[in-house]
Amino acid sequence: MDAKDILGIPKSFPASQEKKARPQKEPQRKPDGISREVYALTGGMAPLMPTIEVSHLKRKAVVDKEKITWQWLPFTNSARRDNLQLYHWVRVVNGVPPTGDYQFAKYNKSVDIVKYTDEEYEKYLTDPMWTKEETDQLFDMCERFDLRFIVIADRFPSPRAVEELKNRYYSVSRALLITRAPSAADVAGHPLVKEPYSMTHEMERKRALSAVLSRTKQQELRDSEILSEAKRIMESRKASKGVESADLLDDHNDIEMTEKVTHTDSPSPSSNIQPTSTAAPSAPLTESATTPASLRMLRVYLRTHVLDQMVQAAISNAGPRTIKRVEQTLSDLGVHIKPKVPTKAVCAEHLELRKEILTLFNLQKQLQNKEIEASATRETFAEPPGTPKRPYRGDTDRPFVPEAAGFGGERMGKRDHKRKVPGRFIDAQSSPPQSKRPRKLKASD
Amino acid sequence: MLGIQKIQLSRKPPPLSGQPKRLKDVELGFPIVYGTISFWLGKKASEYNSHKWTVYVRGATNEDLSVIVKRVVFQLHPSFNNPTRIVESPPFEISETGWGEFEIAISLFFHSDVCDKQLDLYHQLKLYPDEESGPQSTKKPVVIETYDEVVFSEPSEAFFLRVQNHPAAIIPRLPAGLNLPPPGPPEPVLEKKRGDTKDHPLGQWFMNFSEADELLKLAAARQQVTIITDFVCF
Repeated sequence: MDAKDILGIPKSFPASQEKKARPQKEPQRKPDGISREVYALTGGMAPLMPTIEVSHLKRKAVVDKEKITWQWLPFTNSARRDNLQLYHWVRVVNGVPPTGDYQFAKYNKSVDIVKYTDEEYEKYLTDPMWTKEETDQLFDMCERFDLRFIVIADRFPSPRAVEELKNRYYSVSRALLITRAPSAADVAGHPLVKEPYSMTHEMERKRALSAVLSRTKQQELRDSEILSEAKRIMESRKASKGVESADLLDDHNDIEMTEKVTHTDSPSPSSNIQPTSTAAPSAPLTESATTPASLRMLRVYLRTHVLDQMVQAAISNAGPRTIKRVEQTLSDLGVHIKPKVPTKAVCAEHLELRKEILTLFNLQKQLQNKEIEASATRETFAEPPGTPKRPYRGDTDRPFVPEAAGFGGERMGKRDHKRKVPGRFIDAQSSPPQSKRPRKLKASD
Repeated sequence: MLGIQKIQLSRKPPPLSGQPKRLKDVELGFPIVYGTISFWLGKKASEYNSHKWTVYVRGATNEDLSVIVKRVVFQLHPSFNNPTRIVESPPFEISETGWGEFEIAISLFFHSDVCDKQLDLYHQLKLYPDEESGPQSTKKPVVIETYDEVVFSEPSEAFFLRVQNHPAAIIPRLPAGLNLPPPGPPEPVLEKKRGDTKDHPLGQWFMNFSEADELLKLAAARQQVTIITDFVCF
């Protein structure tokens, strides 16, 4: 009881306090218009300035001038020939219905078809293929269907092709135009007169078009091939014609030059190299003179320069690696890259040597390529992957080494690794001949 | 070799005035050697004149080149006084002192009946010996020579006749059908300065160029290549 009292009193004490507090706070807390929590965001106080000016808000547009209503009214269409009256909604402004024609009437366009009288028909328009009746029907349909010939053709009583109908119509119109015109000149500008309808042409055209559309892919490919072939032939013909004329020109120039310089005509190689004889630049620096025929054009030259040019010409289609290999080979053989004593004989020998080396390299390369091809085809025939080709070759090669010893046969071991780029000339030459032998043996097995 | 062949020359239009008659398919070669010899001055060397050098053009067999060469123009480095040195008579050379290495342009001008175009040669002056030659000595010069041949194609007849017997020239076998006038009496030897370099003061340093050596090497090389080629294409 004491506890209760003790508890009760303090309980009631704060409770009463709370109750007091709450009603006190309540009126403070609860604002108008916005929820309690949102109001709390503002810090519990109303904003100092109103954020939204009520007067700035849009007013609904005041319809002060006109009064619009919508009415269900009848209307007529001038495009119609009957006086059909239909109804629709109409926007009425201040009680005044709109005036004016039905707004879609303006789209009712039609084609002007020429009309002929019977006499005109008798005089100008008769045609063995067409009876008057048919022609009349045709024209009537043309008017009805606004020259939609496909429709006309469909509905035409007797089966006539579209082109025929067109042809008839246009020729009639044309004839009428011409006859009715006061003078021929007036009508000459008219498209009908200028470009008359040609039925055969049209039929041909349509047939070709359908053929083009219906070509199969294969046919298309073949056609394009043939076209490109024809183009090439044309161009080559043109080129040869052009060259002929140019040659003629060159020959003329050449003859003139030779008369001046008292040279006999040299054949075509020198016809390209004309003006150097009297030019100032000194002989070794002229780039154009490389062929023996044109060497004659230079009065004086250094033998080394000529040799250089010939060497360049010989190497021209070899890559830089090949050039290096050639030079390496030359030095291996104890020959100077540029001869020390360039007499005529020495230069000739030097050039020949270089050419022979190049030939050798070419042959070796070809041989390598063939080998690779051969080994590739061999592999495709599904030989067991573990076929010890290489070691096989290695075994049978040793007996051959003594024969090739003169060329450094001790490099044999490294041959396989250096297959692609035989940096040493000695290395390269030993591999191809060796590898051919085992293949021969194999075949005989 | 010249022959008194009465066969007519190949049908050529008659020469227009001023144009000499030319010998077709004939070329005359004149072997020359050009280069530099450079001596270190040793004790007498100063900063700007450490070497004494000579640049020259001579006949390969030391014959007189003035038979064809009218003058030689040596173009030296612009730092020299009058870098364009013209030499009108043999021996065709220039001697100078200096310290630097540079490229010398040598232009040969020929007599009017020989050729009206000049020929340009280029040579790098070398003063200092290579590493392995050891220290410089005043007694042993640095010699760089280049052999080359000046070839005249389709020489004029007059020129040909003039030089056909000259030791400096290499006369080829003449094509058949060439109708040349017989050689006249030999030119009287005029009392002019010798143009050859056979007794040249620097003659002891001249290099010998033997084509035989080179030909041998080339022939051997070609043989080897042929053997290998045959091997490859069996």
